[in-house]
Amino acid sequence: MRITLRVWRQKNADAKGKMEKYKLDDVDEDMSFLEMLDVLNEKLILQGEDPVSFDHDCREGICGSCAMVINGTPHGPQKNTTTCQLHMRHFKDGDTIDVEPWRARAFPVIKDLVTDRSAFDQIIQAGGYVSVNTGSAPEAHATPVDKVSADDAFDAATCIGCGACVAACPNGSSMLFTAAKVTHLGLLPQGQPERQTRAISMLAKQDELDFGGCTNVGACAEVCPKGIPLASISRLNHDVLGATLAGARAD
Amino acid sequence: MSELQQEPTAVQGEGRWLLGDPIADDRAPDSPVGDRWSDRKFSARLVNPANRRKMTAIIVGTGLAGGAAAATLGEAGYHVKSFCFQDSPRRAHSIAAQGGINAAKNYRNDGDSVHRLFYDTVKGGDFRSRESNVHRLAEVSLNIIDQCVAQGVPFAREYSGLLDTRSFGGTQVSRTFYARGQTGQQLLIGAYSALERQIAAGTVEMHPRTEMLDLIVADGRARGIVTRSILTGKIETHLADVVVLCTGGYGNVYYLSTNAKGSNVTAAWRAHKRGALFANPCYTQIHPTCIPVSGEYQSKLTLMSESLRNDGRVWVPKERGDNRPPNQIPEEERDYYLERQYPSFGNLVPRDIASRAAKNMCDAEQGVGPGGLGVYLDFKDAIGRLGRHAVEAKYGNLFEMYQRITGDDPYEVPMRIYPAIHYTMGGLWVDYDLRSTIPGLFVGGEANFSDHGANRLGASALMQGLADGYFVLPTTVPNYLADGPFDPIDESHPAVVEAVESTKGRIDKLLSANGNRTVDSFHRELGQLIWDQCGMARSKEGLEKALDRLPSLREEFWRDVKIVGTGDGFNQSLEKAGRVADFLELGELMCTDALHREESCGGHFRVEHQTEDGEAQRDDENFSYVAAWEYGGDQSGAKPILHKEDLEFSYVHPSQRSYK
Repeated sequence: MRITLRVWRQKNADAKGKMEKYKLDDVDEDMSFLEMLDVLNEKLILQGEDPVSFDHDCREGICGSCAMVINGTPHGPQKNTTTCQLHMRHFKDGDTIDVEPWRARAFPVIKDLVTDRSAFDQIIQAGGYVSVNTGSAPEAHATPVDKVSADDAFDAATCIGCGACVAACPNGSSMLFTAAKVTHLGLLPQGQPERQTRAISMLAKQDELDFGGCTNVGACAEVCPKGIPLASISRLNHDVLGATLAGARAD
Repeated sequence: MSELQQEPTAVQGEGRWLLGDPIADDRAPDSPVGDRWSDRKFSARLVNPANRRKMTAIIVGTGLAGGAAAATLGEAGYHVKSFCFQDSPRRAHSIAAQGGINAAKNYRNDGDSVHRLFYDTVKGGDFRSRESNVHRLAEVSLNIIDQCVAQGVPFAREYSGLLDTRSFGGTQVSRTFYARGQTGQQLLIGAYSALERQIAAGTVEMHPRTEMLDLIVADGRARGIVTRSILTGKIETHLADVVVLCTGGYGNVYYLSTNAKGSNVTAAWRAHKRGALFANPCYTQIHPTCIPVSGEYQSKLTLMSESLRNDGRVWVPKERGDNRPPNQIPEEERDYYLERQYPSFGNLVPRDIASRAAKNMCDAEQGVGPGGLGVYLDFKDAIGRLGRHAVEAKYGNLFEMYQRITGDDPYEVPMRIYPAIHYTMGGLWVDYDLRSTIPGLFVGGEANFSDHGANRLGASALMQGLADGYFVLPTTVPNYLADGPFDPIDESHPAVVEAVESTKGRIDKLLSANGNRTVDSFHRELGQLIWDQCGMARSKEGLEKALDRLPSLREEFWRDVKIVGTGDGFNQSLEKAGRVADFLELGELMCTDALHREESCGGHFRVEHQTEDGEAQRDDENFSYVAAWEYGGDQSGAKPILHKEDLEFSYVHPSQRSYK
């Protein structure tokens, strides 16, 4: 296949970026999107040009590193698929493809397609855990968890922290990310003691960082490669309301 | 480093290595195997809580071992500095483990016990691991499940609300706990959230996007590391009282592997060059069920969890070169070769055996798919027996992943699979306390060699990572720190100055080559060479060929590599180049180790040493030892020095492993 790429190039955080055009003549349909970029980069290096920087690691859709807006959609056209798992068979010979970094105030560009997503770690630090020290755990079977709750908790826990939800949201809100963690832990008995403080602390942290507010657009759940349901946000709101009525305070 | 630095008794080993003094683990207590860990915990010295915050522990890597160790030592009150090259500790490669984690809970009442998990693991490792360490692993497995459940890890459950388990290769009990096909992710997120909690509490200082490039050994102790900021290129030093490496395995030496693209040996290799012995580098695990290579541009291989072999049946056409679509090949013309050759374990034989059997079928031209490099993994019977819904509930995400990558629907056509490098059992040598041969340098998780012998059983890597991180290191590291805090050192210490200078020198050298080949092109060539000669089957002739080629490949690399850009800023080619430079050196040690080990065991299969029916033939008389290699020096032609640690088997008696 022949593919024309228009890629966001930006030297560093302070530089002004722009779209650059590259042509590739020999793209195989079984290549992954990132392998296609590898081919481009090999070519650029041999020409003495700076290769395109992009985050990637496991290339199996689980580490959450890769993050590209492809033709305007975070992670590209295929549903429930990260950039690394997107294959070129979903494009046609002669296509022009736009490749950009996540665009969100809370995720500043570092270089080219690489952004700084450390704000997500800060949200987790605000309460995305069960406060149990190593060694203090009771026997695993001491607390049964009904299968439905365990399965629903698992669905929320599959979040890979890639940030596509923020990139898709017109407000740049991290609501789906925060909601996924609050849902995961809030559905399990182990998460109950801190359920209320967790919800308000994480929400407060999110607001304190550069994320926007949630106005129920729903674009986040549309692009989420792990299919985190939009209903998680209702659960977060529910927990925040409950916590507020109960007079809980952020940690 | 102590005794080991004495002049090796220069016995010439085939001209490619020297024989040094034997080494031994002197840390495991002399008590019965079941008492050793309790005895060691009791004899380990403690540090007064008030003194803990005065001591700094550096932990490199934030996977299951590193993340868990950093969180736990932080909880205990030490000042922890944690490092990872990824943008967040949550992305460490442990996250990609699919299948599950073993624990001897015996919730199934199917005859499991700590002793049986110990026995299975020693046997599965083909009698090349240390009994003390493996027994501890089996004991601690019980606590790991408790700990993870308490953290909110959403393990699969039954309708009773109790934990579900499944079977894995090499065992006849069901002891593998799992979270769909994403167990590694869920366990890592558990460790990561514990770590983030400590970061918030101020006990752990986190350094993401920071790569360790050298170890600082001052006055005989590991006292710090040299790092490069991936963002700014800044070379920095971090000094501490103890250094712990949990930096994963070296499977990416093969270029194509199931490892993440960033996984590398640099931290471990730098430590090796500073005096830590590297044990059993030739023990690498080839996983039988990966998606086959589709083209030249292939950048990595994707594993399909071993759990699939619970319900999938492996077969090839009986007829050579039969290229009919699989669904048109009638039952009687299929060879379910694992069920035929190994009737008692069938499709659930251990990984090394399943991989070699697939290779044999492909060598016999019965392979399927492009190049004949693949075998079928078929779910038709399982779907017929359990229904599509049940199969989907168990393996849905794996089936989707397969379809996404290949474009084929495994509910309709059998998967095509082929073995790929997945895990490395070898690693830095450690004693029972997980101390390397450099005082003050500890090694945990896949980066050490300690628990899996010559072959790792499925669902044991997660167990080992968390055992080391949550339970072993937090006992043994304080025992070391009880001697501390050590004399303060600063940036002006000659060892620090030297380590920084040599790191900068290497980077300058890489950048100034300005040759004609990309880093990836060298990496691919190295990977192909190691895969061909030190992969699924190894021979004296092939290994010697590789050993003759590697020095010149290394020389070409340093002369002809092309890296665009500078060292002071974000430069992914430069990062890769440093890692490939180390893989080039490691590859040589792997081949030397494989050449010296004149036997077949576990993942190490020497074609000269096989039984009549093609099974691995161990030589317990001559090779029942750990091969721990000392770095021979930088001068050209320097030879690595072999130190042997004899293995004793008092509880599990070595036998010909049979899964027939």
